[in-house]
Amino acid sequence: MKMYVCIKQIPDPNTVVSKLDPNSKRLVRSGVSLVLDPGDESTISAAIKIRDTIGDSEVTVVSMGPASAQEAMRRALAMGADRAILVTDPALAGSDALSTARVLAAVLKKEEVDLVFCSTESTDGYTGMVPGGIAEFLGLPQLTFAREITIEGGKATIKRVTMTGYQTVECPLPAVVTIASGSFEAIYPTMKGIMGAKKKPFTQLSLADLGIEASQVGEAGARERVMAVGKVEARAAGQVMKDEGNSAQAIADFLQRYQLL
Amino acid sequence: MSDTIWVLVELENGQPARSSLEVLGKAAQLGRAQAIVLGSNAAQVAPTLGEYGAAKVYVHDDAVYDTYLTLPAVDTISNLLKQHQPALFMLATTYDLRDIAARLNVRHNMGLITDATDLQFDGDTLQVTVPWGGENVVTATFPKQGTGIVLTRPKAFGLERLEGKTAEIETLSPALNAESQKMKILDRVEVQSEGPSLEDASVIVSGGRGLGKAENFHLVEELAAALGGAAGATRAIVDAGWLPYSYQIGQTGKTVKPTLYIACGISGAIQHLAGMKGSKYIVAINRDEHAPIFSVADFGVVGDALTILPQLTAEVKKRKAQ
Repeated sequence: MKMYVCIKQIPDPNTVVSKLDPNSKRLVRSGVSLVLDPGDESTISAAIKIRDTIGDSEVTVVSMGPASAQEAMRRALAMGADRAILVTDPALAGSDALSTARVLAAVLKKEEVDLVFCSTESTDGYTGMVPGGIAEFLGLPQLTFAREITIEGGKATIKRVTMTGYQTVECPLPAVVTIASGSFEAIYPTMKGIMGAKKKPFTQLSLADLGIEASQVGEAGARERVMAVGKVEARAAGQVMKDEGNSAQAIADFLQRYQLL
Repeated sequence: MSDTIWVLVELENGQPARSSLEVLGKAAQLGRAQAIVLGSNAAQVAPTLGEYGAAKVYVHDDAVYDTYLTLPAVDTISNLLKQHQPALFMLATTYDLRDIAARLNVRHNMGLITDATDLQFDGDTLQVTVPWGGENVVTATFPKQGTGIVLTRPKAFGLERLEGKTAEIETLSPALNAESQKMKILDRVEVQSEGPSLEDASVIVSGGRGLGKAENFHLVEELAAALGGAAGATRAIVDAGWLPYSYQIGQTGKTVKPTLYIACGISGAIQHLAGMKGSKYIVAINRDEHAPIFSVADFGVVGDALTILPQLTAEVKKRKAQ
């Protein structure tokens, strides 16, 4: 089976406070530490696990981003993905969810796809609109919010997270599947994996390679516009004390003062 | 420009979801609100939507929407979009509605804004407010012609009911496409949890990485139980596999607005603050005095949650018994 995982390089959510540039109104990427989205680590691991279970399969990671995204893709290869395809083009800056889906779908259309995995949403943008968009461009069903997945008899069956539990949902392949964060333990790259990643096939594509006009993507193609970036009204901070063994009493006093006990 | 605003009303066990009714009320403030309701029992629900702001309701009472995910609803709404051009299509941010929005966005080449907390028209220009990160708030719009989609953040709007108000009903009879009946729901499992759900709880105690390891999470659950509340978690510890996704509070996960929120070992990543900042009172316990959580806390303790939690649980039990 040919499996694809759409991934993204983002500012490290554990160390970077994401900022918007008030002039370009885009995410500030310069001078910040960029990593493979931690949600994607879990999703890549899900695909690798399935590949190793069913055998005779291949996992390709696909991304759209600046040249720096190569690093995130190398990490995916070090984790165990077999090959990588990166779409990079200056005209892509400022792309919205629709354009991103258009570009990733264009890559996948050139491949023989059995399964496309995405994380439910990225950890920086959170729109969650790209996977469904890719599915629509490809004319494939989309199984979303999977916390478990089984591939058998040309069908995918997932446990789909709901507000109160889960649903079991099945659909025929090929299909797009999104993985709920934390559902699969991330594979940690070994030294052997890191060394091996350097020899794995790595393809870089431009918009021209995909036959997409620059006007359809990036800022030019975006159907939304940011009019203004403002500051959030800060919530007034309250009292902060150091624990000296009496904190439990102090908190209980606070709760009683506001009739919360 | 049309002042018609569509709202897709989601059904939960045959009843309109509160989140959808909140969006419908907001749509009615902005323009002429029209609801779309699809699924079993939709015909019974449709007339009641007038009370929540719908001037008109498009209805298709058919179990196909309950049995097959996403695609039948996308087809029906897509057909409707070929006949009418509302100014705006609003949906609450839920699992099912997000999936529908993502496909319609592509099929009709629409503009789409997610995570909105407010909308208003300034003349003909729609202004959508989207909190971005912890520091910024963005105002966005759709510069091009055509219907734009806006997904709104849970609990962004209140619920209003105008008793006795009626709506015009239009019954749809779309041709159903067998090709769209692919993602079949085989069963639905409700996971019972003790105590109130995160959405309903007036007290939430939640834990983050500062708890050290999954085995320590029971300290959070015990305080929650003592306070009659629910236990929640940050994305970091859900990602780490300590707890299932249903515990997750934040921009991803659940947005909560309890009366009291006690954050234990949570640094206050932006994505977490987005989901709990609306709490009435916030208490934070964290070892790092510079943790961002203290900037939103009404009462903060710089200390080790592992030491303080058992003491606090005991103190709460003692005072409640008095």
